[in-house]
Amino acid sequence: MLDALRRFIARLAGKSGDRATTAPLSEKQIESIVEQQESRHEIQQLVAATGQSVGKQREHNEDSVLAITATLAGMHNNVPFGLYIVADGMGGHQYGEVASNAAVRIMAGLVLRKFHSYLFAVPTQQPDDSLQEIMGEAIRDAHRTVQKDAPGSGTTVTAALVLGQQVTIGHVGDSRAYSVHPSGRIEQLTQDHSLVRRLEELGHLNKEEAATYPHRNVLIRAVGQGEAIDADVFTIPFPHGSTLMLCTDGLWGVVPDEAIYRSLVEAPNLQRACNNLVTAANIAGGPDNISVVLVQMIG
Amino acid sequence: MGSVYRARDLHFPNITKLVAVKEMINTAPDPLVRQTIVVNFEREANLLATLAHPSIPRIYDYFTQEDRSYLVLEFIHGKDLEAIINDTGGFLAEEQVLAWAIQLCDVLSFLHDHKPDPIIFRDMKPSNVMIDTDGDIKLVDFGIARTFQVGQRGTMIGTEGYSPPEQYRGEATPSADLYALGATIHHALTRRDPRMEPPFSFAERPARRINSHVSAELEAAINTALSYNPSDRYPSAEAMKEALMGVARKTGALSKVRVAPVSPAGGIKPIWSFKCEDEIRGTPQIAQGMLYVGCYDNNLYALNAGDGNFQWKYPTEGGVVSRPFVYEGNVFFGSEDQRLHVISSRSGKVLWTYYTEGPIHSSPRIAEGHVFFGSDDGFLHAVNVNSSRCAWKFDGGDKVRSTPMIANELIYVGTESGEFLAVDYRGDLKWRFHAKRAITSSPAASAQAVYVTSLDGMLYCLGALDGWAVWRFRLGKGSVSSPALVENLLIVGAADGFIYCVEVQTGREVWRFRTEHQVSSSPAVYRDAVYCGSVDGSLYCLEYRTGRLRWKFEAGAAITGSAVVFDDIVYVGATNHHIYALLA
Repeated sequence: MLDALRRFIARLAGKSGDRATTAPLSEKQIESIVEQQESRHEIQQLVAATGQSVGKQREHNEDSVLAITATLAGMHNNVPFGLYIVADGMGGHQYGEVASNAAVRIMAGLVLRKFHSYLFAVPTQQPDDSLQEIMGEAIRDAHRTVQKDAPGSGTTVTAALVLGQQVTIGHVGDSRAYSVHPSGRIEQLTQDHSLVRRLEELGHLNKEEAATYPHRNVLIRAVGQGEAIDADVFTIPFPHGSTLMLCTDGLWGVVPDEAIYRSLVEAPNLQRACNNLVTAANIAGGPDNISVVLVQMIG
Repeated sequence: MGSVYRARDLHFPNITKLVAVKEMINTAPDPLVRQTIVVNFEREANLLATLAHPSIPRIYDYFTQEDRSYLVLEFIHGKDLEAIINDTGGFLAEEQVLAWAIQLCDVLSFLHDHKPDPIIFRDMKPSNVMIDTDGDIKLVDFGIARTFQVGQRGTMIGTEGYSPPEQYRGEATPSADLYALGATIHHALTRRDPRMEPPFSFAERPARRINSHVSAELEAAINTALSYNPSDRYPSAEAMKEALMGVARKTGALSKVRVAPVSPAGGIKPIWSFKCEDEIRGTPQIAQGMLYVGCYDNNLYALNAGDGNFQWKYPTEGGVVSRPFVYEGNVFFGSEDQRLHVISSRSGKVLWTYYTEGPIHSSPRIAEGHVFFGSDDGFLHAVNVNSSRCAWKFDGGDKVRSTPMIANELIYVGTESGEFLAVDYRGDLKWRFHAKRAITSSPAASAQAVYVTSLDGMLYCLGALDGWAVWRFRLGKGSVSSPALVENLLIVGAADGFIYCVEVQTGREVWRFRTEHQVSSSPAVYRDAVYCGSVDGSLYCLEYRTGRLRWKFEAGAAITGSAVVFDDIVYVGATNHHIYALLA
């Protein structure tokens, strides 16, 4: 940045030659300009909103959603902390809602226990485990609980643990995490664990066939299903200036990307954006339960 | 979903007759569903009791008590195949796996030919195959347990990873069992658990690519069983057995006891070598056709990199392990004589030296007109390269032997007490991380993360800007080796003798390669290969994507320093006083 400015000024100086009317800025002056551009006193914080609806065609809500945002700012530099989860349960005997509900609670309980002494103790203490270990353990815990409390059922889980500048994503099933960029680009961060995506990946279905494939809702991995759970866990920088979106297939399967983007930019705040998204899914027929979480980093 | 008990049959009080008792818990909340489950269980138990085959455990009895049902069956002395795969150090021998596979075909054929209806096993996988003490197989855990999984979506049965695509549509056919058998053989031969891989991805990792000892014939047979379309698979278990017998005859597997591992080309000859007067434990540097390397004879040597001809040497008053850094025509390096030496790269004449209060094992790094390095005096030093004056020094609290890494406008360095520090250019601490033991290695860094090993046996991935542990990878033992970062892979050695390759995003192992002794050397990546020395006296050249050995060079004495590759030539020093140049 500084270099670019310097080059720019050098170029100006070169062009105008002797007829220069403005003296080139000294290094100090450039530095102070750059410094003024960054507002240094704002605290960095997360803002989040959620939306949920049973939809128009289901009697039960089998989705669960969780959002925890913490801001702890003071004399030491503040580190934004947030945990966001969506889960879409499935299975007979109303076990689907048991599964998704158990999964989000068990995961949040474990994550908060691990971070308790970091968030609330003096002096603060970092957890012994790495972020990905904590996320992995949370999903395994949820897996065991679902197997025990709601045998035969399963749930998707897409979770985002934000700590400072990093988001650690834990993901099983076909709920999704997205980065919605201000340019209108919608970047899918997770890969569905669904039969249809697998078949597409293997080249047995093309995009059009995949869109109409009758078994689109068949998962090949779910929390509570199978012996060992193999979750996708990865860490990425928080998409600054963009919006992190977690949602179940009641939203992404129904509302096209452009409409998602429009709902977001046209809303005056995140909560209204969530409401718009849920409404859009319901207007489109609301075939399934709808859950969405939106998160932004401010400052 | 329940337990299996080892029990004694008291109908025979005078002898010890062991039986296995499988307990299944009926958790369905609806009484009607519960009732149906018990009826199904009893029907299946009756069916199983009629099956007489040497590979199927005999059923003695069954009963239901409140919400639990029990099956009493033959006790098998042995171990299941999954445990055998996990407990075996290397790969299982092909002929062994082949013998078991043929027996499995036999029993599947028996089940599929059952009258009036074929019996589909539905859950063929290593943990359901027992190998008894005679080495014969028994198929355990028949579908009976599934009766107890209520409310399951019909589309989600079977153990993922071993199931064929059509099983996800709820179809159970004899052909599905053959696919699962193919998957089981694949797992046994490759040690790759398909539950950890994307479904139906066997075609992407053919057995021979992972285990080169597998014969082409057997791989072809497995691929047929694993065909995506049921019509491309063997038409029956009998046909698959025939094919496997054919493989056994062709490769002579059934008669051969053990195939000796093939060792790749040995006898690599160096292009040149040069002998110093003591051990070389550090890493050379190449710049403008010259090679610079420190030695425990207290000298820094300058050699012609092309032919190894001696140019000059510069004496210090202590051993030199620090890797020289060449900057604007000068060579910077530390010595155990407590000094940083700066000498002319052409003449070897000293320009200036800088004193610390302890021996220097760390290697200098230069950025922003300053040279950064650690010392046993416990400080990270920042010295202006022009004025040779100390700009600042940062108190690390213990010896700093780690070489600083400069990235993201930060200086990353470890200490012997296990601190890992991120310091900015002004010498202010940005963050710190604490490992359980010393961090002697130097980190690798990207814009997002730094990767560093510790003597506590961990490879850590830390957030570059905040120091949070993103993941940890457990090495067999501690490590002083610095990771090499290439594409999305990290390659690093450890004291357990392995060279590890780990995926950057998730910290999962991609491959590991075993050497015969500690690996203190840091891997160097060049083109598609990684070069790494071992205390076993060899320099290994491996394909970095697969960990496959391409060649090794036997120096005959421990290699603790790292290799450097430049213009298709690998340079490495050894404790036998030699520095070698080899063709990459």
